[in-house]
Amino acid sequence: MTAKVLRRVAIFVVSVLVASIVVFLFMAVLPGDPAQVALGVNATPELLAKTRAEFGIDRPLVTQYFDWIGGVLHGDFGRSYVTRDTIGPQLLDRLGVTLWLVGAGMLVALVIAIPAGTFAAVKHRKASGAGVSGLSQIGVAIPAFLAGIILVQIFAVQLRWLPSGGWTPPDQDAGEFLRGLILPALSLGLVQGAVLTRYVRSAVLDTLGQDYLRTARSKGLRPGQALVRHGLRNASVPVVTVLGLQLATLLIGAVVVERVFVLPGLGSMLLDAVSSRDLLTVQGIVLVLVVGVLLVNFVVDVLYTVLDPRLRGS
Amino acid sequence: MRNLVIGGVLVGLVVLAAVLSFFWTPFDPVRVDAAHRLLGFGGSNLFGTDKFGRDLLSQIMVGARTTLYVGVVAVGIAAVIGTPLGILAGMSPRWLGEFVMRVNDLVLAFPALLLAIMFGAVFGADTLTAMVAIGIATIPSFARIARSGTLQVMSTEFVLAARAGGRSRLTIAVRHVLPNISGLLIVQASVSFAIAVLAEAALSFLGFGTRPPTPSWGRMLQESQELLTVQPRLALVPGIAIAVAVLGFNLLGDGLRDRLDPRLAARV
Amino acid sequence: MTLSVTGLRVSSLVRDVSFEIGAGARVGLIGESGSGKSLTALAIMGLLPDELHASGSVRLNGHELLGSSEKDLSRRRGDELAMVFQEPMTALNPAMRVGRQVTEPGRIHGRRRSAEELLDAVGLPGTARAYPHQLSGGQRQRVVLAMALANEPSLLICDEPTTALDVTVQAQILSLIKTSLPAESALLFITHDLAVVASVCERVLVMLDGEIVEAGSTREVLTSPKHEYTRKLLDASDLEARR
Repeated sequence: MTAKVLRRVAIFVVSVLVASIVVFLFMAVLPGDPAQVALGVNATPELLAKTRAEFGIDRPLVTQYFDWIGGVLHGDFGRSYVTRDTIGPQLLDRLGVTLWLVGAGMLVALVIAIPAGTFAAVKHRKASGAGVSGLSQIGVAIPAFLAGIILVQIFAVQLRWLPSGGWTPPDQDAGEFLRGLILPALSLGLVQGAVLTRYVRSAVLDTLGQDYLRTARSKGLRPGQALVRHGLRNASVPVVTVLGLQLATLLIGAVVVERVFVLPGLGSMLLDAVSSRDLLTVQGIVLVLVVGVLLVNFVVDVLYTVLDPRLRGS
Repeated sequence: MRNLVIGGVLVGLVVLAAVLSFFWTPFDPVRVDAAHRLLGFGGSNLFGTDKFGRDLLSQIMVGARTTLYVGVVAVGIAAVIGTPLGILAGMSPRWLGEFVMRVNDLVLAFPALLLAIMFGAVFGADTLTAMVAIGIATIPSFARIARSGTLQVMSTEFVLAARAGGRSRLTIAVRHVLPNISGLLIVQASVSFAIAVLAEAALSFLGFGTRPPTPSWGRMLQESQELLTVQPRLALVPGIAIAVAVLGFNLLGDGLRDRLDPRLAARV
Repeated sequence: MTLSVTGLRVSSLVRDVSFEIGAGARVGLIGESGSGKSLTALAIMGLLPDELHASGSVRLNGHELLGSSEKDLSRRRGDELAMVFQEPMTALNPAMRVGRQVTEPGRIHGRRRSAEELLDAVGLPGTARAYPHQLSGGQRQRVVLAMALANEPSLLICDEPTTALDVTVQAQILSLIKTSLPAESALLFITHDLAVVASVCERVLVMLDGEIVEAGSTREVLTSPKHEYTRKLLDASDLEARR
């Protein structure tokens, strides 16, 4: 089994490296001269050359890449061509905000999907189960930002229960932090919850039809007990797969939700950097996001082998 | 069966609106009419007007064009590139197939939105870059489905006989594999279409999609934000349009899957 | 103990089935696929699929099982009533170790026999920490048998327990059933194979299209069958030597 895990670690590392090269090359392909962009139209050739040297973009691509990736591995993402600030610390801060958002969103999604999906599966022949299933279909069709807009309208504007945007760090004021997190987390979580519900339903439905549940009942377990003690672990395998895929979607969905709620997360940093043509920053953020997705996939893969002994290959 | 019908009707509505918009719309969707700003439902403007006086229904109809356009191109790119890739991976020796799948996973690590933003940064943000980006991000789904279907078909008696008879790989691929996995691919196309619609809406909302003044449902949503409190209708109309399109394609895909499944199992 | 089945009906698939099984009896239920024998067994256990409904009477020691509450039935299952199913490959939970699964009936009903003891008794020493996918079909069926016998049931129902197994393994499992079943426990053995009935059961019920068309001691039924169908079954099997 360790061989399998090691193999996956190797694949992960290679994927990250390849992804970093792809991201780097992509940004390098960008037409235009960052020095020109930074200094404006009237810059003299000498100043341009000096700035290019300062940015390090006059060196061969390979050197630039290794310099960059080497720095990244130490947490140094370089200095923005536009603001001249170090990218790293701000990236980290923003990442924190996005992670809170994604985490809370995932929590909401799970809290909705697991009971709803199980209910829809167990009662799939009855109207109530079909109703829940239908609701989840509609939920899937609503973009997260639309949910956000609607929620803001109801809870922030009409009822004035919650803020319509803004961010308070948790260590500054825990209460405000939570209040500011609820609506964005709901926007992300409700929609993802709908998606997840369908997968949970399908997984539980599959499990319900399995022979080993009948065996469990023949031993004297009641249907609910049989489902929990035997079905849960088996049903969780397909759900975990989807969770992994969903995390990637959540990460990106967070980008949009941050816009709606004006949250200082990675998403808004990315969008700002793109509109100001701040290449190095874009490069860094994209790398972080992509590595995040790869990491989640890696964890899901490893989780599989833990959950399903048939995959351990002994 | 019910899924298929409802999905078909919803998708049909969207297609109808788009096609109709080429011949007729109630008003010119981009015409600014300051005198008739922010009208409500009913009257000569069925869905009312926006803050510039532009008719919402007309914007929705023309916006349907964009939505379908993006969906068709994105799914088209994904299918045309992803399917042969997947079939190839399924017909190749194990190690090659695995390798292609690993590369696939790597592409999957760049979600559609991220890719579109990156493309937008490099090539400028408009409908074309959005479509291509979404298309590329969808390739892995098609490749994966194509490969898994191909592996199933390759083990059937038909194919084993064909291979024993010396038929070339290409012939087998075209005459045996393709027809048998077409069902799976159609279902995937439907589902991917729904995802593409959502992606385009999100991109337009962020300002990375269709440039003004071409109407786009996502941008209509973004524009509706500032007047949300007084005119929720401005958000509801495009929002419901998006939901209808996505729901329609999802249900269509589900319905097709239900119909094709037992047949697929019997054929393959 | 007595199991009395009277006028059992399950949709249109089991029609008016009646029989009685007393303590220590070894009864065979024979018929081809679709005759309703499995449904009869499931009806007794209360494990019919949701769409099917049973009517009539199934009394265990005078207590009516049909229509009984789930709570009541689940107390009897795994304790007084036990069942071994046809397909061993899917009968066990793939994510749980065999030892834990085999001690489950004990834990549910308050008896304490160790996994090693239960598995030893069916000829599987040292497998407690294994997962089902690491065992062969025959071995898995032994585990299922161990689970069924864990609490010394009054009635053990076996639904074609060897049909899905290799011929060599079949004989082993049959012999295991014969030797491990306590003398006071009753056995209802469902099969389509006459030879198996002949080797395991002292009484046999012949089922056709949801009805019992012939019943009697094994010797009687197999040497002088009264019903057309029983004759056909005999002709089709190779029990010449026995006769």
